Amino acid sequence: MKLNKVVNLKKLAVLGMAAAVTSLTACSDSKVGGIEPKAMTDALFSVMEADRTVYTKLIIGRLAKDEKVIKASEHWKDEKALVLPAQMFRYGAERVAEKGADFSYSLLSLWPVNKQNKPKTDVEKEGLKFIADNPGQNFYGEEKLGDTNYFTAIYPDIGVAPACISCHNDHKDTPKTDFKLGDVMGGVVIRIPVKG
Amino acid sequence: MSNKKATWIFWSVFSLMALAYYFYMLNSDDKTTFSPGEMTHGHHQIEMACSVCHTDAFGGGEVLQSACVDCHGAELKAVDDSHPKSKFTNPRNANRVKQLDARACVTCHSEHQQEITGEMGVTLPEDFCFKCHADVAENRPSHKGMAFTTCASAGCHNYHDNKALYEDFLEKHMGESDHFENAVVESKSGLQDLVMLESYPVEQYPVKALTSKQSDGHLSVQQDSSVHYDWESTAHAAAGVNCSACHQQKQDNGQIKWIEKPDEQSCNSCHKEQTDGFLEGKHGMRLKAGLSPMTPAMAKQPMRVNAHSKELSCVSCHSAHKFNIQQAAVESCLGCHSDEHSQSYKQSPHFQAWYKETSGQSKPGTGVSCATCHMPRSLKKIGEHKLVLTEHNQNLNLRPNEKMLRSVCMSCHGLGFSIDALADEKLIKNNFNGKPSVHIESIDMVETRLKNRKSKEGGQ
Repeated sequence: MKLNKVVNLKKLAVLGMAAAVTSLTACSDSKVGGIEPKAMTDALFSVMEADRTVYTKLIIGRLAKDEKVIKASEHWKDEKALVLPAQMFRYGAERVAEKGADFSYSLLSLWPVNKQNKPKTDVEKEGLKFIADNPGQNFYGEEKLGDTNYFTAIYPDIGVAPACISCHNDHKDTPKTDFKLGDVMGGVVIRIPVKG
Repeated sequence: MSNKKATWIFWSVFSLMALAYYFYMLNSDDKTTFSPGEMTHGHHQIEMACSVCHTDAFGGGEVLQSACVDCHGAELKAVDDSHPKSKFTNPRNANRVKQLDARACVTCHSEHQQEITGEMGVTLPEDFCFKCHADVAENRPSHKGMAFTTCASAGCHNYHDNKALYEDFLEKHMGESDHFENAVVESKSGLQDLVMLESYPVEQYPVKALTSKQSDGHLSVQQDSSVHYDWESTAHAAAGVNCSACHQQKQDNGQIKWIEKPDEQSCNSCHKEQTDGFLEGKHGMRLKAGLSPMTPAMAKQPMRVNAHSKELSCVSCHSAHKFNIQQAAVESCLGCHSDEHSQSYKQSPHFQAWYKETSGQSKPGTGVSCATCHMPRSLKKIGEHKLVLTEHNQNLNLRPNEKMLRSVCMSCHGLGFSIDALADEKLIKNNFNGKPSVHIESIDMVETRLKNRKSKEGGQ
């Protein structure tokens, strides 16, 4: 009898630990053990934005634009060149998706070079317009895509280096040719599945 | 005996017999009973190795998906698949997935459905591009009014491999001549590169030319037999690769055993890349699946009747002891293949160039053999070393034939000419004897777009 109680207590402890771990890692509840989806997407974006800026300034801006020691090209494999910042971002997002992460992210724009990256869902359309009209502000919304509800956060993607501006303004497929340094050029869209 | 009892006995005996029959068939080599339908041209060889795709008796689509990826995943990655799964797992594409669930290979390539299988093993109606790209003319006015069946069939786009078809590539190779002067194909890496590989048994077989007198062959083989003389004339003997290198194998118990007829495992110890390629391609895929060797009789392509019973292995093309590369590049192929394209080869300009090269009238690398196109040489990174090796998986650039553009055609021909030639079925059948009578307009469209852009920039 005593032994049974000990076993039961052990089971409870294990369950408790599992619940604690789940609450720290899972993102499937709208409020997950203290981590709000918004706090989660804000944190994710701060890492994405930092890495993206570092790559654009320290690698592309410095080596491809200033020092001109290596080219950056969309066809980086064929041209033996650096991966473009937007591709760097997308490959990261694809890798995250391949690993089966619960959240997903994309880089979209009202003025996309690749037309697949124009806003498609209502929240994307509303959010991208909002961040373009309200510089410095983020957009948060909820949407149902397929059978799943998502918390969707949209953050402004700013042209932080001259390389961003010149490449986009000069690209043959760009619908906008008058970007300036500091402009909102697009948005980072992060989605976390939530319970409806 | 009552009727009821008799019925019970009959059904019990019948069920047991049926059970015994299916159990027996499950363990026999012929599993046709369990096949729900004929397989595609790509997989028909391994139809009797159910477990290659159905790796687990339990589980759903994910089991099949991982089987597809196991064999085809690396190739798709290498060609920068234009529609990787990750494009469809993003929730923003949920509406597209509803129309076409491109997260799973079997959505488009369903097996055992011969009656609905089209080109490239696709089992969907031809309008699949239209589901996501119906608005293409918005950004590409040149595409206005094009039929939805022409995207992939006109030599312009492929679903997976667009390495040689993307717009900037077309622009870069605009205006190239039909045939490049002084074109040569890369020469293969030689022994000096091969011995650099960690896997090469250089300590056991140091690089030192051997004569037939120094052969360490089995006692049953006479020292002066033709086998020894054949071997003496090869790169093997010149490189110090003695009989034992191929004919001796270490058993699990540590004992060395003499192998009368070495198989691909022997070749594998020094020629791993080539052996791997052979096992992945049409010639060796049955061996890889644990089945008996492929024979021309099993092929869906026309084959020479007198070759029907030949069993395919490394030596069936390379012939044991002689290992004549020139023979392996043409005569070995034509010994079995008898389709119109193969039969027309010796009347083709490609063969003329091959004849000139092999008869010493022109430089090495100027001839075009069967292998030049179907087993092209390419630079491969093995560990820290880069080697130019022959791709032995001839299936790698076979279909869609635009896969050949970069790895083969463009070594000697301009892109526009090559695209046209590959789109001309008659020309393929007569083995490129003449000029293309088909013209694909993709490069013209790029040129027009470029001109429009320039005139727009000039006008600003």
